[in-house]
Amino acid sequence: MEEIKVGLEVHVQLVTLKTKLFCSCSSDYRGKPPNTNICPVCTGLPGSMPTLNKKAVEEALKVALMLNAQPYETSYFFRKTYFYPDLPKNFQITQYDKAGGYPLAHDGYLKLSNGKTVRIERIHLEEDPGRIYYEGSRATARYSLIDYNRSGIALIEIVTAPDMSSPEEARDFVERLTTILSDVGINVKDYEGSLRVDVNVSYAGGERVEVKNVTGAASVEKAIIYEMFRQKTMYEKGIKVVRETRAWDEKRRITIASRGKEFEAEYRYMPEPDLPPVTITESLIKKVKEEIGGSQEDRYRELINDGINEELAKKISSDKNLFNVYEKIKFYEPSLKQLAANVLANEISYLIKRYSIKTLPEDVSGLAEILQNYRIIPDHESVVAYLKKWIDGEKVKISFKTVSAENIQNDIMQIISENYEKIRNLEYNKKFEFLMGILIKKFGKENKKVLVEELTKVLNKIK
Amino acid sequence: MNLEGYTLQLILREIENGSLSPEDVNEFYYKRSVELNSVLNAYITLLEPRSRAEGDLKGIAIAIKDNISTKGIRTTCASKMLENYVPPYDATAVSSLKKHGGSVLGKTNMDEFAMGSSGENSAFGPTRNPLNKEYVTGGSSSGSAAAVAADMAPIALGSDTGGSVRAPASFTGIVGFKPSYGAISRYGLIAYANSLEVIGILGKSVEDVKILFKMIAGKDPMDSTSINVDLKEKNISKPNILVIKSFVELSSEEVKKEFYNSIGKLESAGFGISYVDKFSLTDYMLSSYYTIACAEASTNLSRYDGIRYGPKVESASNWRDYISKARSFFGPEVKARIMMGTFILSAGYYETYYLRALQLRKMIKQEFEKIISGYDAVYVPTMPVLPWKIGKAIEDPKIAYAADVLTVLPNLTGSPAISIPVGKVREFFVGGQFIGLRAEDMKVLKVAAIAENVLQVKKNGRN
Repeated sequence: MEEIKVGLEVHVQLVTLKTKLFCSCSSDYRGKPPNTNICPVCTGLPGSMPTLNKKAVEEALKVALMLNAQPYETSYFFRKTYFYPDLPKNFQITQYDKAGGYPLAHDGYLKLSNGKTVRIERIHLEEDPGRIYYEGSRATARYSLIDYNRSGIALIEIVTAPDMSSPEEARDFVERLTTILSDVGINVKDYEGSLRVDVNVSYAGGERVEVKNVTGAASVEKAIIYEMFRQKTMYEKGIKVVRETRAWDEKRRITIASRGKEFEAEYRYMPEPDLPPVTITESLIKKVKEEIGGSQEDRYRELINDGINEELAKKISSDKNLFNVYEKIKFYEPSLKQLAANVLANEISYLIKRYSIKTLPEDVSGLAEILQNYRIIPDHESVVAYLKKWIDGEKVKISFKTVSAENIQNDIMQIISENYEKIRNLEYNKKFEFLMGILIKKFGKENKKVLVEELTKVLNKIK
Repeated sequence: MNLEGYTLQLILREIENGSLSPEDVNEFYYKRSVELNSVLNAYITLLEPRSRAEGDLKGIAIAIKDNISTKGIRTTCASKMLENYVPPYDATAVSSLKKHGGSVLGKTNMDEFAMGSSGENSAFGPTRNPLNKEYVTGGSSSGSAAAVAADMAPIALGSDTGGSVRAPASFTGIVGFKPSYGAISRYGLIAYANSLEVIGILGKSVEDVKILFKMIAGKDPMDSTSINVDLKEKNISKPNILVIKSFVELSSEEVKKEFYNSIGKLESAGFGISYVDKFSLTDYMLSSYYTIACAEASTNLSRYDGIRYGPKVESASNWRDYISKARSFFGPEVKARIMMGTFILSAGYYETYYLRALQLRKMIKQEFEKIISGYDAVYVPTMPVLPWKIGKAIEDPKIAYAADVLTVLPNLTGSPAISIPVGKVREFFVGGQFIGLRAEDMKVLKVAAIAENVLQVKKNGRN
């Protein structure tokens, strides 16, 4: 197998922002009727002018710092001209690193699970275009419709060096990046299409092929696998791979040639005259650093130091929400931390996924109540039910008429003697079932665990 | 009632003391405009008076250049491309006027997309000079100048990218004020060359343009390049002005004679007059100006693709065919500048042309700041020639050059500049312009007001 080189350009919507990058339209465009989340600025009406959403700079800076990148003190917006129906001005306002321009930040890195370092060349801010809808398939549609609701949404683009050498590494990169983004509140998993990747793949030192618009880590991996074999086949047949742009067909899981060489991009970059330069001061960096808190690595280290095993630590550290709860429990009652780690990594993780939960309660006293009584909660389903209650913000109070083992043995003996005639000819299993029925009625389902243990003991004794 | 020769100041005063009613004023200008427009072609759109008498402007209707967005009133830029475009919003300058009780009298003719110096490049036909209808008005704010000069409007808004307010003011014998870059918000001004242009005012007197300037100047959150300039009255009685001889020498004999004559009068009235032989970068002003203007224009005008507004393309085989057809609605001058700008921004030429033009602009600004230091204003002719016959400039490119050479300096430096009539040749006037440092708008207005009073070129005007 020859070597492949993979570099990524990851576009991430800054979903934490209230408004678009250059106007005051809402950044919450999903699910709105077409062309209702628009204004003169994001539809590029004649005479309209962009004004920068300062919050976008802060959010982008957070990501840049998490990726160990260096912010430029001054960076610029440029116009990137290309004609496309979803681009209302027929130029995109973006940042550029040539022609005297600087992006927001440069030279960062991200460590993969296998310890390899992927260099990040630059991170910059830009605006998202609108969307085109085709009636049926693109090839046969009689007309196309344009929705500008997404136009002007703030994006950051993260450009890596071609440092990944397998589809798995690229997938791992996207997954790790997703975690880092969620650390700063950008939960791309909750917003469809909010993370889009342009994948650059070259096989055996050949020309690089760019696969545009791949959504999500799993598809990135699949697209690279496909491209790897396509290029390999060409290589083996002696056909030269040409530098080109291809599109990822999510349904058929193949890449398709989309733009021929004759349209090799000529973007005619020029500085955007309507926007002043972006300045990043030391005090802004300080402020943003304070807001970010620690990284996944910091959290993982803390869990390991607490004696939590690697598997649990990995799971909890990957989600800032889980980790925050862990920390609070640790502060509330240090002896509960091991049990908390277990529950967070298993049951609570399960619930978050199942119910698409975005945030966990600030108040952990309900959870502490569950953990403190964990041993007496009769079964796993009840544990999960209580945890769900806590997550939903309901009051959790666990109060069982718990019975001690000694008392219960006497009660069991009494029940056996009262029903002796009925059970004496029954098989062990039937006998057990019959007696459990009576016991549960008397002591309640919540004591099932203890009842089973004690009934077994008694029956074994009198056998 | 006849308001011929009335200044805005006089109208407001007479409304104040009850001798005029705002309805009469609006009626007069409307009726006269309807009558004269078929000859002069000053207005593309004329609106029936319907305002209420309120605010500082008492409901008076004002002429607005047709590249300034007016909510619900079509705004064509004198182009087939925007023939039926009705903006859904007001330019900030227009909403400021409305807040002060002003209203829109009509939308004035201009060179298409403000590209031109004669007023002939309009899809609606050339504007004719009220002083002699066989002659050009100068441009690109041709209709605004003609309307004010012919008493078809009390005052008008224009825009000045390279002299577009001052040139027609000079050719029609009125006052044209180009404020500092950013002093009036550009939000809603349909962009030609963002880094050079500003909304300007054309009126019958320096006092008139000052009245309106104070109402619409100021920083606008919708325009990041806007600034607050000091609006306090300046206390100057004997201005010190600097004449750049090489600028005067570029002018025709008639203009030169009248201009030197005006210097003599100013000197006798106590002006301090100094001379500098040459502005060393004179030869680079126009090339720098056109390079920057065309580059910016080519991207600004990318948005006109016939999708969101503009004429419908009846049939097209694909998207590229569609936009080529849509873009054929531009006039020849606009097409030429788009092509020049596209070339200038192309890979490989960007550094050669665009970046050098930006460097030159910087050097020109530095030289200007150096020579003006110690003076209240620079004083030079506005136009080196008198108006020419309609159609003549198209034959003689030297005229087109002369039309721009003296006016672009303040656009390159961001300076305030005001043109006032300083001499008379036959039926025409010679305009002289006072240029100051950026943000010192009130200073040039003061100097111009004193000069206007000394020279008394238009004795028939009623103040």
